[in-house]
Amino acid sequence: MKKIQKETPKFWENYLAGFHTQDSPKRYVVFDCETTGLDIKKDRILSIGAVAIVENQIKVPDSLNIFVQQDFFKAESVPIHGILKEGQEEKVVEAEAIIQFLDYIKNATLVAHHANFDIEMINQALHRLELGRLKNQYMDTDIMYQKLKYYPEDQHTSLDELCDVFKIKKSDRHTASGDAFITALLFLKLKQKLDI
Amino acid sequence: MKNPIAERIADFLKQFHPFSEIGYTQLLEVAKSCSVLYLEKNQILFHVSDAIHDSFYVVASGAVGLSVSSDTDDVLIDKCDEGDILGLRPFFAKDNYLMTAKAREESIVYAIPIEVFRPVVMHNSGVLDFLLQSFASNTRNPMDKNHKGKLISENVIYDEQKNEIQYYQPIHYTKNPITASASDIVKYVAQTMASRKIGSIIIHEDRLPVGIVTDKDLRSKIATGLFPIDITVNQIMSAPVITVPENLSIAEAQMMMLKHNVGHLCVTKDGSNQTEITGIISEHDVVVAQANNPGVLLRQSRRAEKTSDLKIIREKLADLIQNSIDKNIPIQHICSLTGEINNAILERLITLSIAKMDTPPPAKFAWFNIGSQGRKEQLLLTDQDNALVFEDVEDERYEEVKAYFLSLAKKVTKGLNKIGYAYCPADMMASNPLWCKSISDWKNQFKGWIQNPGERGILMCTIFFDYDFVYGEESLINEISDVVFGETENNDLFFAYLGADALKNPAPLGFFRQFLVENDGEHKDTFDIKARGLVPLVDAARLLAIQCRIRNNDNTAFRFMKLAEKEPQNAAVYEACSEAFLVLLRFRTEEGLRNGNDGRYLSLKELSKLDKVKLKNAFQPISEIQEIIKNRFQLTYFT
Repeated sequence: MKKIQKETPKFWENYLAGFHTQDSPKRYVVFDCETTGLDIKKDRILSIGAVAIVENQIKVPDSLNIFVQQDFFKAESVPIHGILKEGQEEKVVEAEAIIQFLDYIKNATLVAHHANFDIEMINQALHRLELGRLKNQYMDTDIMYQKLKYYPEDQHTSLDELCDVFKIKKSDRHTASGDAFITALLFLKLKQKLDI
Repeated sequence: MKNPIAERIADFLKQFHPFSEIGYTQLLEVAKSCSVLYLEKNQILFHVSDAIHDSFYVVASGAVGLSVSSDTDDVLIDKCDEGDILGLRPFFAKDNYLMTAKAREESIVYAIPIEVFRPVVMHNSGVLDFLLQSFASNTRNPMDKNHKGKLISENVIYDEQKNEIQYYQPIHYTKNPITASASDIVKYVAQTMASRKIGSIIIHEDRLPVGIVTDKDLRSKIATGLFPIDITVNQIMSAPVITVPENLSIAEAQMMMLKHNVGHLCVTKDGSNQTEITGIISEHDVVVAQANNPGVLLRQSRRAEKTSDLKIIREKLADLIQNSIDKNIPIQHICSLTGEINNAILERLITLSIAKMDTPPPAKFAWFNIGSQGRKEQLLLTDQDNALVFEDVEDERYEEVKAYFLSLAKKVTKGLNKIGYAYCPADMMASNPLWCKSISDWKNQFKGWIQNPGERGILMCTIFFDYDFVYGEESLINEISDVVFGETENNDLFFAYLGADALKNPAPLGFFRQFLVENDGEHKDTFDIKARGLVPLVDAARLLAIQCRIRNNDNTAFRFMKLAEKEPQNAAVYEACSEAFLVLLRFRTEEGLRNGNDGRYLSLKELSKLDKVKLKNAFQPISEIQEIIKNRFQLTYFT
């Protein structure tokens, strides 16, 4: 019996290949997903915002902002993220979003606030495409803050609260790009305070 | 693809010159090429003589200071706040940075690549003009050869320049002034002038100016009996009135007044006396427009109509203090000026607050400052410390009267907060029911503190015994003084407590005359100039002044000078203490102005050798005065 060898797509191979090279200087990608809800299995990604940090500078040209076409739609989460089912934004299908996302992040260290959730949302999307999980190293700004404050690891602090603590203006909250930018500012501050 | 982050940056930039000159699409392209940097406090963005970076910078939040170094001192030249550009000049001059840029507080900075910005500049005359103008005005300082070697006064050079520019700006004056017609009766015109509090009134015929009546006319022609009071005004008016066009500069207005030897100018549509009157310029307008001189600030505070006016005055006062420090004006003098203006601001604020109440005060009262404000030693904006006393009223009215003053005090403390004085974290404010009470209650309060000088009592004494009358019925404050001096006379126990407290901070020099620095916490390795230098002197002066019955001299330096007069045998020590106090206060003020904080913690690393010696010398008298206190109150047994 012949084993049916499933063909791995090119973009996934490229993505994996990226981890064999070592970039210098180090690139971080701070990202945020807006989703239909908090259930990793059921809910879907509506948009991804991301921006890169190299040498302690947020590189505005090196940023990503995608809206995802989803059939699964929950009216009750619209007030939070403001993304309409038939909104004005140019949308791509989930597979295309993932291709763009992988191509963008490459082997960078990922950074997000409560990173586990955002990373798992991407992993679920990868799973639906019958691909593996994200290989990137990642950092969580909430855990960094806990380290800074010597908090026990299970104490959570919201992005809003941290903005207040670190005096970051909270405009554009709850758009993926806006949250990614705010998280990036937060990350720069935490990174220097923790001397990373 | 849309880039919302770039949009956010473009939205920020478009509020400021010269970015406001750039079309939005082009600005968005610029924003798309930006990097965003975070600077911690004191982090260096670029060093003097560093090779230029590939970007220039715009401060997005926080503040970045530009400084030049001479010997070991950093001299602050300019402070860049939100929207200010820095590091652009070297691209055009094609040389290295001439200054060091260092974050004065946590800052976020946008870095804009010059390659992206250069074509924008070249194709946009508005941007180019702006940059040329700002470079042109910079050339006279700060690195100008003529000014080399006097780096200390760099700020002064800037200010002179600012004043000169101001001088050619349009003057602010009263638009649509009150006028009278030539056939009006002098008495009624004078009544109008009195009720409107104006010093002159323009006389018109069909809206055309035909003359002017000023205080001087009333004084020399009516009050002397030369003319009766019930004649028509055209018989005493000065004519013709000097007319000027609209949009006169301050300089021109002053020239016109000097040339014609008058104190008022009438503004008309086209500047001739054949067109409609549109305004009046008085000498006062010229003086106000010219500078932040103390007299003007004082007068402005008295005329302020809104809390926001007072806030502006307090900001100007900060400039005045900075300038005075730079010009090496004796700190004592700066203190008394600042104290006067601070009090004038507060007086006006209280008046305005009373006007906002539904009824006038139901009893006589006095507002007094306590702590460092009470001593008039407050040069930097710190928190408020104040209290209120009202005369005794019948028992049944007490609660109602107290409620009135509490609500008045709330208005005042809120206003002070708006002006820039933080609320007192320990709530030592007149809006606290504890510190807003009747004269009898206050007397008992002071008696209590003096008779039971436990630890808390002593703490209160150190704050409340430095009080300064600000507003209202001064005799109420004098009554409190009577209690203080009556109760303390020959009260050895009280003085022993107060003396022990005054000794709790010894001179801050270690065995090898090393500075004792803070060991831990946020201020590690800095030097607490307040607790270790100023407080011991303030405490000693208070103690000795009360014991020697020196009244109404709450300023620490004054107290020591008075003590020197009263006790010639110790005069040398007291004079040294007075001097030392002023030296330390200057250190603290300069540190505070440099960092925009309360200046309490000095970083020893940033002090020059000379300054360290000066500082050490200022501590010498602390040990000496503490010896005097120890012996006088026999505290070796007490502690």
